[in-house]
Amino acid sequence: MDFDFMPLIVAVVKVSVVVGALFGGVSIMTWVERRGSAIMQLRRGPNRVGPFGLFQPIADGLKFFFKEDILPPFVHKPTFIMAPAIALVCAMLAFAVIPFGGSLNFEFFDEAIPLVIADVDGGVLLLMAAAGMGVYGIMLAGWSSNNKFSQLGGLRAASQVISYELALGLGVISVLVLAGSMRLVEIVQMQEQFLHWNIFRAPLGFLVLMVAGFAETNRLPFDLPEAESELVGGYHTEYSSMKFSMFFMAEYIAMITSSALLVTLYLGGYSIPPRVVELFGLQGNLLAFAQMGVFVAKLACFLWFFVWIRWSLPRFRFDQLMQIGWKSLIPLGFLQVIASALFVILKPEWF
Amino acid sequence: MIPLALLGAMTSLQTIVLGLIALVAIIAALGVVLHRNPVVQGLFLVLNLLAIAGLYALLGAYFFAVIQVLVYAGAVMVLIIFVIMLLNLQPAARGGSGLTPVFFAFVLGLALVSLLVRAGRSFAPPEAALAEGFGSVAQMGSSLFMGYFYPFEVISLALVAAMAGAILFAKRDLEG
Amino acid sequence: MGQTAYSLLVLLAVAVATPVGILAASHFLGPSRRKRVTDLTPYECGSKPFTNARGRFSIKFYLVAMLFIIFDIEAVFLFPWAVELKNQATSGAGLFVFFEMMVFIGILIVAFAYVWGRGALDWDR
Repeated sequence: MDFDFMPLIVAVVKVSVVVGALFGGVSIMTWVERRGSAIMQLRRGPNRVGPFGLFQPIADGLKFFFKEDILPPFVHKPTFIMAPAIALVCAMLAFAVIPFGGSLNFEFFDEAIPLVIADVDGGVLLLMAAAGMGVYGIMLAGWSSNNKFSQLGGLRAASQVISYELALGLGVISVLVLAGSMRLVEIVQMQEQFLHWNIFRAPLGFLVLMVAGFAETNRLPFDLPEAESELVGGYHTEYSSMKFSMFFMAEYIAMITSSALLVTLYLGGYSIPPRVVELFGLQGNLLAFAQMGVFVAKLACFLWFFVWIRWSLPRFRFDQLMQIGWKSLIPLGFLQVIASALFVILKPEWF
Repeated sequence: MIPLALLGAMTSLQTIVLGLIALVAIIAALGVVLHRNPVVQGLFLVLNLLAIAGLYALLGAYFFAVIQVLVYAGAVMVLIIFVIMLLNLQPAARGGSGLTPVFFAFVLGLALVSLLVRAGRSFAPPEAALAEGFGSVAQMGSSLFMGYFYPFEVISLALVAAMAGAILFAKRDLEG
Repeated sequence: MGQTAYSLLVLLAVAVATPVGILAASHFLGPSRRKRVTDLTPYECGSKPFTNARGRFSIKFYLVAMLFIIFDIEAVFLFPWAVELKNQATSGAGLFVFFEMMVFIGILIVAFAYVWGRGALDWDR
């Protein structure tokens, strides 16, 4: 059989690199979170394992693996085991459409290699669909645990995530109206000039998407599903060992993805202004690597912002949470969508 | 057989993927019918809807595939599983339901099979390849918004009715 | 099948394999002790559970899910509209497509105002 293995090999390498980077990012983020919170609270944070405690995440991971994997007798077993897996799978799939650079060219492969796993027509929608399916992980964790705290945490999480998914959608649509396309690569290319960044064209949309991003990832100030002061651990009260840790991985990956979405839609993504490209004489693969660097730098700033907010703000009450989602973000989102649409119609030459 | 002819036109990897997806869809559908825990039945239905979305994607209708996941698997099923979880439905007892449901299930199943057979007979493989951009978001948009003004606006009325209905059902609790 | 399809399939495989691998590894690596009493009852901060977890919950959870479906369907129409609007804006039918959606959104906003006014969005009532 004459089967061309080259595209498959390229795909495998690309996916491995992205998945590796995601999990690497997750472990670095756990370290950043602990050291960052220590700085803010005048503590030292983990500083024993390796220089500056940098190997702490590895130690933590190993420890998780060697902890007893308790399967309580009162849980609904199949769904109890599946729930963290669903959360992790959905979080990993959602990153597929995020472009993190232009494209690479190599002599051994006759196609350009785009630095995105899937540049598909309905790109953003695919991300939202994958992230939306993550609700089941949390809902099932809460239900299958057969524990009041878990059940309440799962319910809260589900209603929070679905409420803010609408705001997320409106924040995304504000940009789609301006771009006239759902391909994230095209949206990035549109923002090559610094002043063309969508944050300047649709500031309200940026705000809505950012707040919704915090809520979708259950990060403080929206971490009610796991509010430890009232719900013990929330939906993962009964979980232990790696199953518990998988929820955390999913949360951190979701955090990376939603930061990446914000950077891509509103902050120019991986693009480097043409003038800067000219100044440094970047081209070919060098340019692609520089773009990756720019993307990672923007992403890192935003992830730090997530950590910063978490250790600065108190938690919302549940009624406040629902009020912000339905009564503030959704009307603001509609306003921005309509405003963006008016701009596109009345001043099409601007875009 | 016509379906086999259709398969022959595809590349081999697509055929494998199609087979896998169809298998998942059938197993999930059986799970919906045969499993006795309502929540698990709901999950099987989600899996089934995902498999159908996969079939749409294989047919080139990418927009519909994503919408299927977003709306059916992601929104409608969330509500249904919500309700099942909160009503605390117990797993159904085996064989307690009598003959009437079995009779109706048999009649409806027969009707479905005859419908499928008729559809299969009148099916002809498409003669031309799909046009460029078929199933894309832009193509969907232009045919929807340029060709179907009134049906589109009527949808909003249907949604309003649904919203009013939801409020009416919850009315007692909201006022109490 | 191009790079995109391969990449998606490979990612799907990797994404499914990862949690399965993690679950298996954790199952075999972790110790399994004799079950303690505390493992056998739902965790409730040390007090004995006095009711089953399968209680009844506020109807507002249903209401939120219902409203979510309605607005989700609306958002589904907004996505192709957003893409189409710009195409039509360059070819001159932009205003028509714009007002088409404004009527659609307008009707829904009236309904939204009704829901809001009825207090369905207030959780502290």
